[in-house]
Amino acid sequence: MWVVCDFSSGPVVLLWKGNQIRGNMSGKPVLHYANIRGRMEPIRWLLAAAGVEFEERILKTKDDLQKLRTDGFLLFQQVPMVEIDGMKLVQTRAILNYIAGKYNLYGKDLKERALIDMYVEGLADLNELILHHEFKPANEMEKDLANILDKATNRYLPVFEKVLKDHGHDFLVGNKLSKADVHLLENILWLEELKPDVLAKFPLLQSFKARMSNMPNIKKFLQPGSPKKPIVQEKDVPAVLAIFS
Amino acid sequence: MSGKPVLHYANTRGRMESVRWLLAAAGVEFEEKFLEKKEDLQKLKSDGSLLFQQVPMVEIDGMKMVQTRAILNYIAGKYNLYGKDLKERALIDMYVEGLADLYELIMMNVVQPADKKEEHLANALDKAANRYFPVFEKVLKDHGHDFLVGNKLSRADVHLLETILVVEEFKPDALAKFPLLQSFKARMSNMPNIKKFLQPGSPKKPPLQEKEIPNLLAIFS
Repeated sequence: MWVVCDFSSGPVVLLWKGNQIRGNMSGKPVLHYANIRGRMEPIRWLLAAAGVEFEERILKTKDDLQKLRTDGFLLFQQVPMVEIDGMKLVQTRAILNYIAGKYNLYGKDLKERALIDMYVEGLADLNELILHHEFKPANEMEKDLANILDKATNRYLPVFEKVLKDHGHDFLVGNKLSKADVHLLENILWLEELKPDVLAKFPLLQSFKARMSNMPNIKKFLQPGSPKKPIVQEKDVPAVLAIFS
Repeated sequence: MSGKPVLHYANTRGRMESVRWLLAAAGVEFEEKFLEKKEDLQKLKSDGSLLFQQVPMVEIDGMKMVQTRAILNYIAGKYNLYGKDLKERALIDMYVEGLADLYELIMMNVVQPADKKEEHLANALDKAANRYFPVFEKVLKDHGHDFLVGNKLSRADVHLLETILVVEEFKPDALAKFPLLQSFKARMSNMPNIKKFLQPGSPKKPPLQEKEIPNLLAIFS
């Protein structure tokens, strides 16, 4: 049975045998994860920004994760896992570093990479707070959100506003798109979902957001039907936690 | 004034120890400025020396670098401990990130509440024995080389040695079932730069003692 799925820009044909997809017919990267943002979302963003089409195998139950483990596909028994260029890459940062290196989103030399890494790691700390927020118990959510917004507006966003102000360029490092810009946009948009006016005091980040959102690959990723995942719904949280339990 | 990297952190392993290890393995001498009280951290913050108001911070090559991984990536790249191409880097990154997860788990044991400590440690040691060490034993077995990636010393080897030694502090026979890791450990420990780092009087820090915790919390709170 042939199933045609539309992944953003064109049809992707997947060969089904029973309920298991056999092989990767297209040569595109294949992402293995649950149907949430979680630790895979920065990878989806970076591939999209690089203009790389990809496929996703969505884990729905603990058995799906268990099967990947018993098949020996997960180096440390964990997802995210991305099949790319003949490798089964695990560990979010390893995957992101590879994609950034391959698609020239990692600066031109060691010093630019150092800046990009500092910015990306700071954003990763912020992202770690945000991605767990969806799964907090209801009675902790308000306090958790207050902490996230405090860190965002006092520790992280001011740094990037200043970087853009100091050099006056469109992009954070080297006057050229890099993974730092993509992570910054991703986190800005997620923060805005939690507090729409979070950028009120950051005019340069506002124009950064507008510029970045208008770049063709990113614009496409921001449209409905793209692989970009929504914030998880409360009713779906138990099923997701069960996969990883 | 010396041109050597300067490490800013508390006088403890924490998040700076892997940086000390990597510089030492690369044969790079460095200086340390220890934070002893909250005011020391505050001064770095108000001087504008800390991009995200946090340490570790390393002054190196005219930069004030923060974020442990950024610092480690830079050192590894500069001193050729990061593989020869993108694919070797991908392997190194996977190994290093897995080891970082294990190291973090072990490091967190000392701050667990008293009634949770034993269970937490048991879980960490279980992960070492069943999730992490088998991977590296197999890597060494499959290619038969002395080093994890590309038949050449890389940061992955340094982090693996560091992690093995930390686990052994909690469980001296942690490598009992891993003969290749045992010989890896012996070989690595004998390399001149690392041998020097393992001797008394080096910048290598001892395990955290519980009595140090209140002072550390005072600095970082």
